[in-house]
Amino acid sequence: MTKFLKFFLVGIFFGIVLVKSEAVSWYRIFEMFKFQSFHMYGIIGTAVITGVLLLQVAKRSHLKTTQGTNLRVPLKDKGFVKYIIGGSIFGLGWALCGACPGPMYILVGTGVFSMLIVIASALFGTFIYGILKRKLPH
Amino acid sequence: MELIKDPWPWYVSGPCIAIIMFLLLYFGKTFGMSSNLRTMCAIGGAGKYSEFFKFDWKSQRWNLIVMIGAIVGGFIAHFFLSNPTNINLSTETITDLNTLGFKNVGNSLLPPELFAWENVLTLKGIAILVIGGFLVGFGTRYAGGCTSGHAITGLSSLQLPSLIAVIGFFIGGLIMIHLIFPILF
Repeated sequence: MTKFLKFFLVGIFFGIVLVKSEAVSWYRIFEMFKFQSFHMYGIIGTAVITGVLLLQVAKRSHLKTTQGTNLRVPLKDKGFVKYIIGGSIFGLGWALCGACPGPMYILVGTGVFSMLIVIASALFGTFIYGILKRKLPH
Repeated sequence: MELIKDPWPWYVSGPCIAIIMFLLLYFGKTFGMSSNLRTMCAIGGAGKYSEFFKFDWKSQRWNLIVMIGAIVGGFIAHFFLSNPTNINLSTETITDLNTLGFKNVGNSLLPPELFAWENVLTLKGIAILVIGGFLVGFGTRYAGGCTSGHAITGLSSLQLPSLIAVIGFFIGGLIMIHLIFPILF
């Protein structure tokens, strides 16, 4: 059980940060896609810049993970079609519901139980992708 | 304490998200929230229908724990760490949303027009949530990741596929907000 505690704590921190930053708000996502505020771009931008710096420091200092392996980010497969089409499909849903998968779960914690409908549909969407995977261009 | 209870500025929140990504990498894992949807499908027996769900889902339990933690974190932040304040949206956003028929814009995290039960349980209301959720679930798996996996982790590690995916996120989002919303609302 203790081996899962650190993941639970990271999850709690994630939930708190996304609520306190208002990144879970449907209104903030609308505002972002309207380019009417810097807020969401500031969050994603500083997250990426900090992320780049942390990963560079880890690489140069040969930081090991808690499991003793080299700290490294798994590489995404090469490709174009699946990223642009899949990404666009996700973007349509993200803008409509104002929630990507992280915020979907977090918003349930804030008491928005209608979000469970979105989660159930997202599970169904994932399932249908699994069924159709071989027939789709990638 | 008041500093915590007020909304956090972007320059605090962004680096915090990077630290979350980094901690998961340090624990030998990776930051990706949409993967949990695939894991939950596998637990539900989707492996009977597609090879895509035949994997050792127990190896992904740690990520489900992150997800449960996130729900608890949302609860704590909303009920114990927040002063009731309106979201400080730009005036253009408020005007645009009023024009689309949204009232009391920014008084809560989400618009009651879409998420309050009396509106959810209309044909249009339920269709929006069901279709939106479906697109998120289908699209994230097709693209192999969502905001956490591509926009944060992928861009931080300077991966071209993630940049393409994020461009896709914006193509979809811009089409929805600028072309479909005016028809829908």
